[in-house]
Amino acid sequence: MNARTEEKIAVNVLRFSAFLAIMILLFIIVYVSYKGMGSLTPSFIFENPRDMGREGGIFSAIVSTLYLAVLSTLIATPLGVGTAIYLTEYTGESAVTKIVRFGSDCLAGVPSIIFGLFGFVLFVIYLKLGWCLLSGALTMTFMVLPTIIRTSEEAIKAVPYELREASYSLGATRWQTVTKIVLPEAVPGIITGVILGVGRSISETAAVIFTAGSALATPGSVLESGRTLAVHFYIIAREGISMEKAFATALVLIIFILTINVITYALMNRYISKKKA
Amino acid sequence: MKDDLSPVKIEFVNFGVSYRSEKAGSPPLSALENVALKVYDKRILSVIGPSRSGKTSLLRSINRLNDLHASFEHSGEIFIDGAPVYGGADTDVTELRRKAGMVFARPVVLPLSIYENIAYGPRLMGRSSKSELDATVETALKDAYLWEEVKDRLGSPAAALSGGQRQRLCIARVLGMRSGIIMLDEPTSALDPVSTAKIEETLTALKNKYCVILVTNNVKQAARVGDETAFFLMGKLIEYGDTAKIFTTPRDERTENYITGRFG
Ligand SMILES: Nc1ncnc2c1ncn2[C@@H]1O[C@H](COP(=O)(O)OP(=O)(O)OP(=O)(O)O)[C@@H](O)[C@H]1O
Ligand SMILES: [Mg+2]
Repeated sequence: MNARTEEKIAVNVLRFSAFLAIMILLFIIVYVSYKGMGSLTPSFIFENPRDMGREGGIFSAIVSTLYLAVLSTLIATPLGVGTAIYLTEYTGESAVTKIVRFGSDCLAGVPSIIFGLFGFVLFVIYLKLGWCLLSGALTMTFMVLPTIIRTSEEAIKAVPYELREASYSLGATRWQTVTKIVLPEAVPGIITGVILGVGRSISETAAVIFTAGSALATPGSVLESGRTLAVHFYIIAREGISMEKAFATALVLIIFILTINVITYALMNRYISKKKA
Repeated sequence: MKDDLSPVKIEFVNFGVSYRSEKAGSPPLSALENVALKVYDKRILSVIGPSRSGKTSLLRSINRLNDLHASFEHSGEIFIDGAPVYGGADTDVTELRRKAGMVFARPVVLPLSIYENIAYGPRLMGRSSKSELDATVETALKDAYLWEEVKDRLGSPAAALSGGQRQRLCIARVLGMRSGIIMLDEPTSALDPVSTAKIEETLTALKNKYCVILVTNNVKQAARVGDETAFFLMGKLIEYGDTAKIFTTPRDERTENYITGRFG
């Protein structure tokens, strides 16, 4: 086989895998839309579920999802970015940084059900928070933390060292350099990690059932139990309560995630082009 | 040579720099040894020497930018206006860096607007009133011969400027801090001849107000711009004196070989 045929085959194999990825996404969207569109009415969005989800809508589940996603992001982002700043800017490469990084990578590989069990024992039982959205959000924080740390670290490291030197040479302290020069440059990369985390806490089921419970009512505060969209879908699909409602819920979930992605990418592009001119 | 009235701005006393080796057991690398040198105010000192002779280490020791490298070690002392750079336990490093501004070989602008690049240093110092910053930015840009080219787009990102303009912005940035000392590390090595000429013109105009140290690998530039010239070789100060004298009648054979291009 000569180099040219080899090249041709390689290009086609690569093209096929790229094509496959987008096809799978499209298939899921089309299939779920086809199955769920029929039940997706305004009242489905704005009414609470009745009769275990057989009737009514998913308003309470949307509220619970928002609570959980927003809360876990609000806690996980500063923690994760802070850890990344500490690892990259404040300590040289040392045994400590290697241990922290290794630990955080291991954490990323732990199955979500284990996080659920851990969150149940720590927050629900030991700290006596009970099944509530706060317990769920704290558990999700641990789950998404490794992703945010890793992506933030890479984003911060990608900021040229020369920029830091220029800042120091103008009399800036380390903290001033980090906050005024390094972080603004790293924002797009950091956001990518945060969005991955948001997606994960929106779509998680096992760990959330263990910690936030699956109450159907609209939660009045984060100290009450709630059922997120993913959990609602899981329960009504698994128990065969209503396949139409399950697919409509899945459709809302997908629209949620796509919307978040589209909006952040648009904002990110605007941010980048504003800085670059 | 300088008239005896120009005061000493920076004095190196027995100054040395070494970098600890990464590998355990191997000896530290000596970058500068026993440097004794006086730099005068309101003059330009050209520093020349082949690659790795310690020129950059010399500059980065003055504003303690070398402190950022964990492997850096120094011996001896540097005095600025009579005050020790290293000795005083209460030396404020950020204050020191404001006093001795630095321009790097690569024209690194901050990822901010043209205006904010210059306002960055003054703002950190607490000089942040709009009218004062406006005046600072305008004066700095004029002194760096950049005002005419950018006055209509001060708010646009500095990254969009050409390489030569960026380097003049870096000079303006230092001027905006009102540093008494301006150190430049091969400021024209990445620039075309026209931009280089503009930078040299800028430097010559500045010397009446500042103490300028110009590190350059361009011997002709050193001769054109410097009042005094110092020649370094393998971490040692080989010869120092009036630029005209160094270039016409060098005392040391190694200096002569270097400036005539026989090595380096
Ligand atoms: N951060 C550092 N860590 C270890 N060694 C260093 C470091 N910086 C410089 N050195 C070493 O110190 C010596 C002097 O380097 P320096 O950069 O001061 O020379 P230079 O005269 O500026 O050279 P050039 O003309 O190539 O810029 C070199 O041998 C260099 O390898
Ligand atoms: Mg150098």
